[in-house]
Amino acid sequence: MRQSIIQWFRFASPQSFYPLAGRMIPWFWASAIAFGIAGLWISFFVAPTDAQQGEGYRIIFVHVPASWMSMFLYLIMAFWAGLGLALNTRVSGMMAQAIAPTGALMALLSLWTGALWGKPMWGAWWVWDARLTSELILFFLYLGFMALQAAIDDPRRADKAGAILALVGVVNIPIIYFSVKWWNTLHQGSTINLTKAPSMAQTMLWGMLLMALCFWMYSIAVALTRVRAIILERERHTEWVKHALE
Amino acid sequence: MHWNSVGEFFAMGGYALYVWGSFGACAVLMIAEPFLAKRRLSEVRKSLIRERLADELELQQRSQ
Repeated sequence: MRQSIIQWFRFASPQSFYPLAGRMIPWFWASAIAFGIAGLWISFFVAPTDAQQGEGYRIIFVHVPASWMSMFLYLIMAFWAGLGLALNTRVSGMMAQAIAPTGALMALLSLWTGALWGKPMWGAWWVWDARLTSELILFFLYLGFMALQAAIDDPRRADKAGAILALVGVVNIPIIYFSVKWWNTLHQGSTINLTKAPSMAQTMLWGMLLMALCFWMYSIAVALTRVRAIILERERHTEWVKHALE
Repeated sequence: MHWNSVGEFFAMGGYALYVWGSFGACAVLMIAEPFLAKRRLSEVRKSLIRERLADELELQQRSQ
């Protein structure tokens, strides 16, 4: 037991995490591509035409995964940032920094695909509705986190300041999630509910879940690539980095 | 499969702009981002390798 805990803590050091991340990346890419192919196949060739929205509803297969990932990545980013703040572990802050751009990208894609879905269905690219506004705030939280970290030269201080911003911003996540319940919004309710049977065709659900898995694996692969770059940038003056490059 | 022709597939029942605008943006950004992340990694690696070469040269010159 004790031995296994120590084994895990070993990966908390940049020195052992750097090669481990390098070994994991190809596997995450392979699964992202596999899930992506299966998901796209279902999205375009298996899932039936929607009775109300025709073919326009197919935006759901990228809109929902991007929105889920934008929220999920924020929680993971805040978790790492908080862990770094509490335990002062070196890799934690780097992980948070590596996740932020991917999270921002997912939030942007969520807003973009949402606008392209809103225009034909609601007749507006954008409305100041609770769901949309809180997602926009999420996008700005990511940008704020990145800007704050970039503005502070000392990486350890940047991590601390960023962690506080990230942790305060967590309050926005339940607001986004429950916004469709708490307020009377234009945005439709959640498609998948833990307590009710999903309100959509089985094949549509499968397409969405496979695309979500694709986005998930993609996010891990990109964040791991970025964290490797950050590790080398921050640890460039250490002895192990000199030996780590073949 | 419910598409009768390639043209019908691309027309997306009149929603082509919206559907392809969404999937296209995802494709473009999700190809660009890993490319940028990889470039960042390879750039720092290159600069570290250059640094190490410079160190080695300096050591050689000093020993001569």
